[in-house]
Amino acid sequence: MGKYIALTGAESAAFAMKQINPDVVAAYPITPQTPVAMKFSEYVANGEVNTEYVTVESEHSAMSATVGAAAAGARAMTATASNGLALMWEIVYIASSMRLPILMAVVNRALSGPINIHGDHSDAMGARDSGWIQIFNENNQEVYDSFIMALRIAEHPDVLTPAMVCQDGFITSHSVENVMPLTNEQVQKFIGKKKFKGLITADKPFTMGPLDLQDYYFEHKKQQHEAMKKVFAVVEEVQNEYAKEFGRKYSVIEEYRTEDADTIIMGLNSVMGNVKTVVDSAREKGIKIGAVKPRFFRPFPVDYLRDLLPKFKAVVVLDRSDSFGAMPPLYSETLAALYGIENAPMIKGYIHGLGGRDTNLAMIETVVDNLQKLKDTGEGNLTFEYLGVRE
Amino acid sequence: MTETKKGWKDLPIGGNILEAGNSQHYFTGTWRTYKPITDLDKCINCLQCWMFCPDNSIVIKDGKMDGQDYDHCKGCGVCAAICPVKAIDMIKEEK
Ligand code: SF4
Ligand code: SF4
Repeated sequence: MGKYIALTGAESAAFAMKQINPDVVAAYPITPQTPVAMKFSEYVANGEVNTEYVTVESEHSAMSATVGAAAAGARAMTATASNGLALMWEIVYIASSMRLPILMAVVNRALSGPINIHGDHSDAMGARDSGWIQIFNENNQEVYDSFIMALRIAEHPDVLTPAMVCQDGFITSHSVENVMPLTNEQVQKFIGKKKFKGLITADKPFTMGPLDLQDYYFEHKKQQHEAMKKVFAVVEEVQNEYAKEFGRKYSVIEEYRTEDADTIIMGLNSVMGNVKTVVDSAREKGIKIGAVKPRFFRPFPVDYLRDLLPKFKAVVVLDRSDSFGAMPPLYSETLAALYGIENAPMIKGYIHGLGGRDTNLAMIETVVDNLQKLKDTGEGNLTFEYLGVRE
Repeated sequence: MTETKKGWKDLPIGGNILEAGNSQHYFTGTWRTYKPITDLDKCINCLQCWMFCPDNSIVIKDGKMDGQDYDHCKGCGVCAAICPVKAIDMIKEEK
Protein backbone atom coordinates (compact mmCIF):
# COMPACT_ATOMS: atom_id res chain seq x y z
CA MET A 1 0.00 0.00 0.00
CA GLY A 2 1.11 3.53 -0.69
CA LYS A 3 1.07 6.50 1.64
CA TYR A 4 -1.57 9.05 2.48
CA ILE A 5 -2.15 11.75 -0.08
CA ALA A 6 -4.39 14.80 0.24
CA LEU A 7 -7.31 14.65 -2.18
CA THR A 8 -10.72 16.20 -2.50
CA GLY A 9 -13.66 13.84 -2.94
CA ALA A 10 -13.80 14.70 -6.63
CA GLU A 11 -10.07 14.03 -6.96
CA SER A 12 -10.49 10.74 -5.12
CA ALA A 13 -12.91 9.59 -7.82
CA ALA A 14 -10.58 10.86 -10.57
CA PHE A 15 -7.59 9.19 -8.91
CA ALA A 16 -9.39 5.83 -8.78
CA MET A 17 -10.37 6.26 -12.42
CA LYS A 18 -6.75 6.99 -13.29
CA GLN A 19 -5.55 3.81 -11.62
CA ILE A 20 -8.27 1.77 -13.31
CA ASN A 21 -7.11 3.31 -16.60
CA PRO A 22 -10.40 2.92 -18.50
CA ASP A 23 -10.47 2.71 -22.29
CA VAL A 24 -12.94 5.54 -22.72
CA VAL A 25 -14.18 8.43 -20.60
CA ALA A 26 -16.78 10.85 -21.95
CA ALA A 27 -17.91 13.63 -19.66
CA TYR A 28 -19.27 17.14 -19.65
CA PRO A 29 -18.55 19.65 -16.90
CA ILE A 30 -21.23 20.47 -14.36
CA THR A 31 -20.78 21.87 -10.87
CA PRO A 32 -19.86 20.21 -8.52
CA GLN A 33 -18.79 17.27 -10.66
CA THR A 34 -16.46 19.40 -12.81
CA PRO A 35 -13.27 18.67 -10.83
CA VAL A 36 -13.71 14.94 -11.52
CA ALA A 37 -13.69 15.43 -15.30
CA MET A 38 -11.14 18.24 -15.03
CA LYS A 39 -8.66 16.21 -13.00
CA PHE A 40 -9.14 13.17 -15.20
CA SER A 41 -8.59 15.14 -18.40
CA GLU A 42 -5.36 16.40 -16.85
CA TYR A 43 -4.24 12.77 -16.45
CA VAL A 44 -5.11 12.21 -20.10
CA ALA A 45 -3.20 15.33 -21.21
CA ASN A 46 -0.18 14.29 -19.15
CA GLY A 47 -0.19 10.83 -20.71
CA GLU A 48 -0.75 9.17 -17.31
CA VAL A 49 -3.59 7.03 -18.70
CA ASN A 50 -4.25 5.41 -22.07
CA THR A 51 -7.85 6.58 -22.04
CA GLU A 52 -9.63 7.97 -25.08
CA TYR A 53 -11.23 11.10 -23.65
CA VAL A 54 -14.31 12.25 -25.53
CA THR A 55 -15.15 15.92 -25.04
CA VAL A 56 -18.88 15.81 -25.65
CA GLU A 57 -21.31 18.72 -25.90
CA SER A 58 -23.78 17.62 -23.21
CA GLU A 59 -24.49 14.92 -20.64
CA HIS A 60 -26.92 13.28 -23.03
CA SER A 61 -23.97 12.84 -25.38
CA ALA A 62 -21.64 11.88 -22.53
CA MET A 63 -23.81 8.93 -21.60
CA SER A 64 -24.44 8.09 -25.26
CA ALA A 65 -20.71 8.00 -26.01
CA THR A 66 -20.11 5.93 -22.89
CA VAL A 67 -22.82 3.46 -23.92
CA GLY A 68 -21.35 3.19 -27.41
CA ALA A 69 -17.88 2.60 -26.05
CA ALA A 70 -19.05 0.02 -23.52
CA ALA A 71 -21.05 -1.74 -26.22
CA ALA A 72 -17.89 -1.96 -28.30
CA GLY A 73 -16.24 -3.73 -25.37
CA ALA A 74 -14.43 -0.82 -23.74
CA ARG A 75 -14.18 -0.10 -20.03
CA ALA A 76 -16.11 3.14 -20.17
CA MET A 77 -16.87 5.74 -17.52
CA THR A 78 -18.43 9.13 -17.04
CA ALA A 79 -19.25 11.55 -14.25
CA THR A 80 -22.13 13.91 -13.61
CA ALA A 81 -24.29 15.76 -11.11
CA SER A 82 -27.81 17.10 -10.73
CA ASN A 83 -29.23 18.55 -13.93
CA GLY A 84 -26.51 16.78 -15.88
CA LEU A 85 -27.87 13.46 -14.66
CA ALA A 86 -31.34 14.69 -15.54
CA LEU A 87 -30.22 15.56 -19.05
CA MET A 88 -28.69 12.13 -19.64
CA TRP A 89 -31.79 10.43 -18.23
CA GLU A 90 -32.92 8.68 -21.38
CA ILE A 91 -29.53 7.07 -21.93
CA VAL A 92 -29.08 6.21 -18.24
CA TYR A 93 -31.92 3.71 -18.65
CA ILE A 94 -30.53 2.48 -21.96
CA ALA A 95 -27.12 1.79 -20.36
CA SER A 96 -28.65 -0.46 -17.72
CA SER A 97 -31.12 -2.17 -20.02
CA MET A 98 -28.30 -2.96 -22.44
CA ARG A 99 -26.48 -4.43 -19.42
CA LEU A 100 -23.32 -2.36 -19.88
CA PRO A 101 -21.10 -2.26 -16.77
CA ILE A 102 -20.38 1.47 -16.93
CA LEU A 103 -19.14 3.37 -13.88
CA MET A 104 -20.36 6.89 -13.20
CA ALA A 105 -19.13 9.25 -10.52
CA VAL A 106 -22.21 11.07 -9.28
CA VAL A 107 -21.53 14.17 -7.22
CA ASN A 108 -24.92 14.63 -5.60
CA ARG A 109 -26.43 18.04 -6.09
CA ALA A 110 -29.89 19.56 -5.79
CA LEU A 111 -31.96 19.71 -8.94
CA SER A 112 -33.10 23.07 -10.24
CA GLY A 113 -35.14 24.97 -9.60
CA PRO A 114 -34.79 27.34 -8.08
CA ILE A 115 -31.21 27.04 -9.26
CA ASN A 116 -28.97 25.55 -6.64
CA ILE A 117 -25.53 24.02 -7.08
CA HIS A 118 -25.11 22.44 -3.65
CA GLY A 119 -25.38 18.96 -2.30
CA ASP A 120 -28.49 16.89 -1.81
CA HIS A 121 -29.61 13.53 -3.11
CA SER A 122 -32.52 14.46 -5.33
CA ASP A 123 -30.51 13.66 -8.47
CA ALA A 124 -29.58 10.09 -7.52
CA MET A 125 -32.91 9.42 -5.85
CA GLY A 126 -34.68 10.43 -9.02
CA ALA A 127 -32.64 7.79 -10.81
CA ARG A 128 -33.32 5.08 -8.25
CA ASP A 129 -35.46 3.06 -10.64
CA SER A 130 -33.13 3.44 -13.60
CA GLY A 131 -31.64 -0.02 -13.10
CA TRP A 132 -28.23 1.21 -11.88
CA ILE A 133 -26.41 0.06 -8.77
CA GLN A 134 -26.09 3.04 -6.38
CA ILE A 135 -23.30 3.23 -3.85
CA PHE A 136 -23.34 6.09 -1.32
CA ASN A 137 -20.13 7.28 0.32
CA GLU A 138 -19.47 9.25 3.46
CA ASN A 139 -15.94 10.49 2.77
CA ASN A 140 -13.11 10.65 0.25
CA GLN A 141 -11.52 7.36 1.22
CA GLU A 142 -14.84 5.62 0.78
CA VAL A 143 -15.35 7.23 -2.62
CA TYR A 144 -11.95 5.94 -3.71
CA ASP A 145 -12.43 2.40 -2.40
CA SER A 146 -15.99 2.15 -3.71
CA PHE A 147 -14.85 3.09 -7.19
CA ILE A 148 -12.34 0.26 -7.33
CA MET A 149 -14.81 -2.26 -5.89
CA ALA A 150 -17.69 -0.99 -8.05
CA LEU A 151 -15.83 -1.96 -11.19
CA ARG A 152 -15.58 -5.56 -10.05
CA ILE A 153 -19.22 -5.61 -9.02
CA ALA A 154 -20.56 -4.06 -12.21
CA GLU A 155 -18.48 -6.26 -14.50
CA HIS A 156 -19.26 -9.50 -12.68
CA PRO A 157 -20.95 -11.89 -15.14
CA ASP A 158 -23.87 -12.42 -12.74
CA VAL A 159 -24.43 -8.68 -12.56
CA LEU A 160 -23.45 -6.82 -15.77
CA THR A 161 -25.14 -3.69 -14.55
CA PRO A 162 -23.81 -0.12 -14.44
CA ALA A 163 -23.02 1.56 -11.13
CA MET A 164 -23.17 5.10 -9.75
CA VAL A 165 -20.59 5.95 -7.11
CA CYS A 166 -22.14 8.85 -5.20
CA GLN A 167 -20.66 11.55 -2.97
CA ASP A 168 -22.08 14.80 -1.65
CA GLY A 169 -21.56 17.90 -3.75
CA PHE A 170 -19.03 20.34 -2.23
CA ILE A 171 -19.24 18.82 1.27
CA THR A 172 -17.30 15.81 -0.01
CA SER A 173 -16.35 16.70 -3.56
CA HIS A 174 -14.50 19.90 -2.67
CA SER A 175 -13.14 19.01 0.78
CA VAL A 176 -9.59 17.77 1.12
CA GLU A 177 -8.96 14.70 3.23
CA ASN A 178 -6.14 12.23 3.59
CA VAL A 179 -6.75 9.28 1.33
CA MET A 180 -4.70 6.10 1.30
CA PRO A 181 -4.72 4.88 -2.27
CA LEU A 182 -3.56 1.48 -3.45
CA THR A 183 -0.65 1.27 -5.83
CA ASN A 184 -1.37 1.12 -9.56
CA GLU A 185 -0.22 -2.50 -9.59
CA GLN A 186 -2.55 -3.42 -6.74
CA VAL A 187 -5.49 -1.81 -8.51
CA GLN A 188 -4.72 -3.48 -11.81
CA LYS A 189 -4.32 -6.86 -10.13
CA PHE A 190 -7.57 -6.43 -8.19
CA ILE A 191 -9.70 -5.38 -11.14
CA GLY A 192 -8.10 -7.87 -13.53
CA LYS A 193 -8.51 -7.93 -17.26
CA LYS A 194 -11.96 -7.06 -18.44
CA LYS A 195 -14.06 -10.24 -18.56
CA PHE A 196 -17.02 -8.46 -20.03
CA LYS A 197 -16.93 -8.93 -23.78
CA GLY A 198 -18.14 -6.14 -25.96
CA LEU A 199 -21.30 -6.53 -27.90
CA ILE A 200 -19.81 -5.47 -31.20
CA THR A 201 -17.26 -7.84 -32.65
CA ALA A 202 -16.27 -7.90 -36.28
CA ASP A 203 -16.26 -11.68 -36.64
CA LYS A 204 -19.59 -12.29 -34.93
CA PRO A 205 -21.89 -9.39 -35.70
CA PHE A 206 -25.21 -9.11 -33.93
CA THR A 207 -27.95 -6.66 -33.16
CA MET A 208 -28.22 -4.70 -29.95
CA GLY A 209 -30.72 -2.19 -28.75
CA PRO A 210 -33.43 -3.54 -31.05
CA LEU A 211 -37.14 -2.89 -30.83
CA ASP A 212 -38.40 -5.05 -27.97
CA LEU A 213 -42.15 -5.07 -27.78
CA GLN A 214 -44.88 -6.86 -25.83
CA ASP A 215 -43.50 -10.28 -26.70
CA TYR A 216 -39.98 -9.86 -25.24
CA TYR A 217 -39.52 -6.62 -23.22
CA PHE A 218 -41.10 -8.18 -20.13
CA GLU A 219 -38.55 -11.02 -20.11
CA HIS A 220 -35.66 -8.57 -20.46
CA LYS A 221 -36.90 -6.55 -17.48
CA LYS A 222 -37.10 -9.78 -15.47
CA GLN A 223 -33.44 -10.42 -16.34
CA GLN A 224 -32.48 -6.98 -14.94
CA HIS A 225 -34.59 -7.71 -11.86
CA GLU A 226 -32.77 -11.00 -11.30
CA ALA A 227 -29.32 -9.49 -11.92
CA MET A 228 -29.98 -6.93 -9.17
CA LYS A 229 -30.89 -9.74 -6.79
CA LYS A 230 -27.42 -11.20 -7.28
CA VAL A 231 -25.59 -7.96 -6.54
CA PHE A 232 -25.16 -8.37 -2.78
CA ALA A 233 -23.61 -11.84 -3.09
CA VAL A 234 -21.04 -10.33 -5.43
CA VAL A 235 -20.60 -7.29 -3.17
CA GLU A 236 -19.84 -9.55 -0.18
CA GLU A 237 -17.28 -11.46 -2.22
CA VAL A 238 -15.60 -8.30 -3.52
CA GLN A 239 -15.61 -6.57 -0.11
CA ASN A 240 -14.05 -9.61 1.54
CA GLU A 241 -11.35 -9.82 -1.07
CA TYR A 242 -10.68 -6.08 -0.73
CA ALA A 243 -10.39 -6.43 3.04
CA LYS A 244 -8.11 -9.43 2.74
CA GLU A 245 -5.83 -7.81 0.18
CA PHE A 246 -5.72 -4.25 1.46
CA GLY A 247 -7.00 -4.34 5.04
CA ARG A 248 -9.97 -2.05 4.51
CA LYS A 249 -13.24 -3.72 5.44
CA TYR A 250 -16.48 -2.41 4.01
CA SER A 251 -19.96 -3.76 4.49
CA VAL A 252 -23.30 -3.27 2.78
CA ILE A 253 -24.48 -1.50 5.93
CA GLU A 254 -21.92 0.16 8.15
CA GLU A 255 -22.72 0.04 11.84
CA TYR A 256 -21.24 2.54 14.29
CA ARG A 257 -21.43 1.89 18.04
CA THR A 258 -24.53 -0.26 17.64
CA GLU A 259 -23.53 -3.19 19.89
CA ASP A 260 -25.63 -2.24 22.90
CA ALA A 261 -27.59 0.59 21.26
CA ASP A 262 -31.34 0.85 21.66
CA THR A 263 -31.70 3.80 19.29
CA ILE A 264 -29.95 4.55 16.02
CA ILE A 265 -29.76 7.26 13.39
CA MET A 266 -29.61 6.11 9.81
CA GLY A 267 -28.66 8.09 6.73
CA LEU A 268 -26.60 8.25 3.54
CA ASN A 269 -23.34 9.96 2.60
CA SER A 270 -21.55 12.79 4.37
CA VAL A 271 -24.11 13.63 7.06
CA MET A 272 -23.16 10.38 8.73
CA GLY A 273 -19.85 11.97 9.74
CA ASN A 274 -21.72 14.51 11.85
CA VAL A 275 -24.06 11.82 13.09
CA LYS A 276 -21.12 9.78 14.38
CA THR A 277 -19.73 12.83 16.20
CA VAL A 278 -23.08 13.41 17.87
CA VAL A 279 -23.37 9.71 18.70
CA ASP A 280 -20.01 9.97 20.48
CA SER A 281 -21.07 12.94 22.59
CA ALA A 282 -24.46 11.38 23.37
CA ARG A 283 -22.69 8.20 24.46
CA GLU A 284 -20.69 10.28 26.94
CA LYS A 285 -24.01 11.32 28.46
CA GLY A 286 -24.96 7.67 28.77
CA ILE A 287 -27.38 7.55 25.85
CA LYS A 288 -27.28 4.16 24.16
CA ILE A 289 -27.24 5.36 20.61
CA GLY A 290 -25.52 4.26 17.42
CA ALA A 291 -25.43 5.02 13.71
CA VAL A 292 -26.32 2.87 10.72
CA LYS A 293 -25.18 3.78 7.24
CA PRO A 294 -26.42 1.81 4.24
CA ARG A 295 -23.75 2.05 1.53
CA PHE A 296 -26.16 0.84 -1.11
CA PHE A 297 -29.50 2.29 -2.05
CA ARG A 298 -29.80 0.13 -5.19
CA PRO A 299 -30.16 -2.66 -4.74
CA PHE A 300 -31.93 -1.74 -1.50
CA PRO A 301 -30.56 -3.87 1.36
CA VAL A 302 -33.95 -5.16 2.49
CA ASP A 303 -32.76 -8.42 4.06
CA TYR A 304 -29.88 -6.73 5.85
CA LEU A 305 -32.22 -4.15 7.38
CA ARG A 306 -34.76 -6.79 8.38
CA ASP A 307 -31.98 -8.57 10.26
CA LEU A 308 -30.43 -5.51 11.80
CA LEU A 309 -33.12 -3.00 12.73
CA PRO A 310 -35.27 -5.14 15.07
CA LYS A 311 -32.28 -5.05 17.46
CA PHE A 312 -33.18 -1.43 18.22
CA LYS A 313 -36.18 0.12 19.92
CA ALA A 314 -36.32 3.29 17.84
CA VAL A 315 -34.83 4.45 14.57
CA VAL A 316 -34.51 7.84 12.92
CA VAL A 317 -34.00 7.94 9.16
CA LEU A 318 -32.42 11.01 7.55
CA ASP A 319 -33.25 11.70 3.92
CA ARG A 320 -31.40 14.36 1.93
CA SER A 321 -34.19 14.50 -0.64
CA ASP A 322 -37.95 14.81 -0.66
CA SER A 323 -40.50 12.82 -2.58
CA PHE A 324 -43.15 15.50 -2.74
CA GLY A 325 -46.51 14.09 -1.78
CA ALA A 326 -45.02 10.83 -0.54
CA MET A 327 -42.62 9.57 2.10
CA PRO A 328 -38.97 10.38 1.39
CA PRO A 329 -37.07 7.51 -0.24
CA LEU A 330 -34.81 6.07 2.47
CA TYR A 331 -37.55 6.42 5.07
CA SER A 332 -40.25 4.85 2.95
CA GLU A 333 -38.14 1.95 1.77
CA THR A 334 -36.90 1.25 5.29
CA LEU A 335 -40.47 1.30 6.51
CA ALA A 336 -41.49 -1.08 3.74
CA ALA A 337 -38.59 -3.40 4.52
CA LEU A 338 -39.73 -3.64 8.14
CA TYR A 339 -43.36 -4.36 7.38
CA GLY A 340 -44.71 -7.39 9.19
CA ILE A 341 -41.61 -8.01 11.26
CA GLU A 342 -42.12 -8.85 14.88
CA ASN A 343 -40.25 -6.41 17.15
CA ALA A 344 -39.86 -3.88 14.37
CA PRO A 345 -38.53 -0.66 15.91
CA MET A 346 -40.44 2.58 16.07
CA ILE A 347 -39.37 4.83 13.28
CA LYS A 348 -39.35 8.51 12.43
CA GLY A 349 -38.04 10.33 9.36
CA TYR A 350 -36.40 13.69 8.76
CA ILE A 351 -35.84 15.47 5.47
CA HIS A 352 -32.66 17.46 5.90
CA GLY A 353 -30.03 19.47 4.08
CA LEU A 354 -31.86 20.18 0.83
CA GLY A 355 -29.94 22.44 -1.51
CA GLY A 356 -26.77 21.96 0.52
CA ARG A 357 -28.14 23.40 3.79
CA ASP A 358 -25.77 22.37 6.56
CA THR A 359 -27.06 19.65 8.82
CA ASN A 360 -25.02 20.72 11.79
CA LEU A 361 -24.31 19.09 15.11
CA ALA A 362 -26.99 21.10 16.94
CA MET A 363 -29.65 19.86 14.53
CA ILE A 364 -28.58 16.28 15.00
CA GLU A 365 -28.61 16.78 18.76
CA THR A 366 -32.28 17.74 18.44
CA VAL A 367 -32.79 14.55 16.49
CA VAL A 368 -31.14 12.58 19.31
CA ASP A 369 -33.50 14.19 21.86
CA ASN A 370 -36.53 13.42 19.75
CA LEU A 371 -35.28 9.92 19.16
CA GLN A 372 -35.13 9.33 22.92
CA LYS A 373 -38.70 10.65 23.23
CA LEU A 374 -39.72 8.32 20.42
CA LYS A 375 -38.14 5.40 22.26
CA ASP A 376 -39.65 6.27 25.64
CA THR A 377 -43.13 7.44 24.65
CA GLY A 378 -43.63 6.52 21.01
CA GLU A 379 -44.03 10.21 20.19
CA GLY A 380 -43.51 10.85 16.47
CA ASN A 381 -43.64 7.19 15.50
CA LEU A 382 -44.34 6.74 11.78
CA THR A 383 -44.08 10.45 11.02
CA PHE A 384 -41.60 12.46 9.04
CA GLU A 385 -40.81 16.14 8.91
CA TYR A 386 -38.30 18.76 7.73
CA LEU A 387 -35.28 19.20 9.99
CA GLY A 388 -34.27 22.77 10.81
CA VAL A 389 -36.42 24.51 8.20
CA ARG A 390 -37.41 28.13 8.97
CA GLU A 391 -41.08 28.56 9.75
CA MET B 1 -44.65 -17.16 -37.14
CA THR B 2 -45.17 -20.28 -35.14
CA GLU B 3 -42.31 -20.66 -32.67
CA THR B 4 -42.14 -21.14 -28.95
CA LYS B 5 -40.69 -18.01 -27.49
CA LYS B 6 -37.83 -18.34 -25.03
CA GLY B 7 -38.23 -17.31 -21.40
CA TRP B 8 -36.03 -14.88 -19.47
CA LYS B 9 -33.63 -17.63 -18.41
CA ASP B 10 -32.73 -18.53 -21.98
CA LEU B 11 -32.97 -15.21 -23.81
CA PRO B 12 -29.75 -13.28 -24.43
CA ILE B 13 -29.53 -10.31 -22.04
CA GLY B 14 -30.12 -6.72 -23.05
CA GLY B 15 -32.48 -7.65 -25.89
CA ASN B 16 -29.50 -8.62 -28.01
CA ILE B 17 -30.19 -10.60 -31.16
CA LEU B 18 -27.17 -12.82 -31.53
CA GLU B 19 -27.77 -14.08 -35.03
CA ALA B 20 -27.24 -11.81 -38.00
CA GLY B 21 -29.60 -11.71 -41.01
CA ASN B 22 -32.58 -12.99 -39.07
CA SER B 23 -35.10 -10.69 -40.73
CA GLN B 24 -35.80 -13.44 -43.23
CA HIS B 25 -37.44 -15.42 -40.42
CA TYR B 26 -39.86 -12.60 -39.91
CA PHE B 27 -42.74 -12.86 -42.37
CA THR B 28 -43.73 -9.28 -43.01
CA GLY B 29 -45.96 -10.52 -45.85
CA THR B 30 -48.78 -10.85 -43.32
CA TRP B 31 -48.92 -7.05 -43.06
CA ARG B 32 -50.03 -6.69 -46.71
CA THR B 33 -53.25 -5.01 -47.78
CA TYR B 34 -52.37 -4.77 -51.46
CA LYS B 35 -50.52 -7.41 -53.39
CA PRO B 36 -48.29 -6.80 -56.43
CA ILE B 37 -49.08 -9.06 -59.41
CA THR B 38 -46.58 -9.02 -62.25
CA ASP B 39 -47.37 -9.62 -65.89
CA LEU B 40 -44.09 -11.20 -66.90
CA ASP B 41 -45.01 -10.90 -70.59
CA LYS B 42 -45.02 -7.12 -70.27
CA CYS B 43 -41.85 -7.03 -68.14
CA ILE B 44 -38.71 -5.80 -69.95
CA ASN B 45 -36.35 -6.90 -67.13
CA CYS B 46 -35.00 -3.47 -66.40
CA LEU B 47 -34.81 -4.57 -62.71
CA GLN B 48 -35.73 -1.16 -61.39
CA CYS B 49 -38.31 -2.82 -59.15
CA TRP B 50 -35.52 -4.97 -57.70
CA MET B 51 -33.44 -1.88 -56.98
CA PHE B 52 -36.28 0.03 -55.37
CA CYS B 53 -38.07 -2.64 -53.36
CA PRO B 54 -37.43 -1.70 -49.71
CA ASP B 55 -37.85 -5.30 -48.58
CA ASN B 56 -35.68 -7.25 -50.99
CA SER B 57 -38.80 -9.00 -52.15
CA ILE B 58 -38.36 -9.00 -55.92
CA VAL B 59 -37.38 -12.52 -56.93
CA ILE B 60 -34.66 -12.80 -59.55
CA LYS B 61 -34.18 -16.06 -61.41
CA ASP B 62 -31.42 -16.50 -63.98
CA GLY B 63 -30.91 -12.75 -64.01
CA LYS B 64 -34.56 -12.08 -64.77
CA MET B 65 -37.44 -10.65 -62.80
CA ASP B 66 -39.63 -13.49 -61.56
CA GLY B 67 -42.38 -12.00 -59.45
CA GLN B 68 -42.44 -11.25 -55.71
CA ASP B 69 -41.57 -13.07 -52.52
CA TYR B 70 -44.96 -12.95 -50.82
CA ASP B 71 -43.58 -14.09 -47.46
CA HIS B 72 -41.81 -10.77 -47.12
CA CYS B 73 -43.41 -8.33 -49.59
CA LYS B 74 -45.30 -5.75 -47.54
CA GLY B 75 -47.35 -4.54 -50.48
CA CYS B 76 -46.00 -1.01 -50.41
CA GLY B 77 -46.48 -0.57 -54.15
CA VAL B 78 -43.08 0.95 -54.85
CA CYS B 79 -42.35 -1.65 -57.53
CA ALA B 80 -45.62 -0.94 -59.30
CA ALA B 81 -44.96 2.79 -59.21
CA ILE B 82 -41.42 2.52 -60.52
CA CYS B 83 -42.10 0.01 -63.33
CA PRO B 84 -41.64 1.90 -66.65
CA VAL B 85 -43.99 -0.45 -68.57
CA LYS B 86 -46.70 -0.82 -65.93
CA ALA B 87 -46.11 -4.56 -65.67
CA ILE B 88 -47.09 -4.65 -61.97
CA ASP B 89 -50.66 -4.29 -60.72
CA MET B 90 -51.58 -3.78 -57.07
CA ILE B 91 -54.68 -5.77 -56.22
CA LYS B 92 -56.53 -5.87 -52.92
CA GLU B 93 -55.37 -8.77 -50.78
CA GLU B 94 -58.07 -11.38 -50.13
CA LYS B 95 -57.80 -12.47 -46.51
S1 SF4 C 1 -44.99 -4.13 -53.17
FE1 SF4 C 1 -43.27 -3.14 -52.10
S2 SF4 C 1 -42.47 -4.77 -50.83
FE2 SF4 C 1 -43.74 -5.78 -52.32
S3 SF4 C 1 -42.35 -6.32 -53.93
FE3 SF4 C 1 -43.22 -4.34 -54.47
S4 SF4 C 1 -41.78 -2.87 -53.70
FE4 SF4 C 1 -41.30 -4.80 -52.68
S1 SF4 D 1 -39.62 -2.61 -63.09
FE1 SF4 D 1 -41.19 -3.56 -64.36
S2 SF4 D 1 -40.16 -3.97 -66.21
FE2 SF4 D 1 -38.58 -3.55 -64.81
S3 SF4 D 1 -38.06 -5.58 -64.04
FE3 SF4 D 1 -39.57 -4.80 -62.66
S4 SF4 D 1 -41.50 -5.56 -63.45
FE4 SF4 D 1 -40.01 -5.80 -65.05
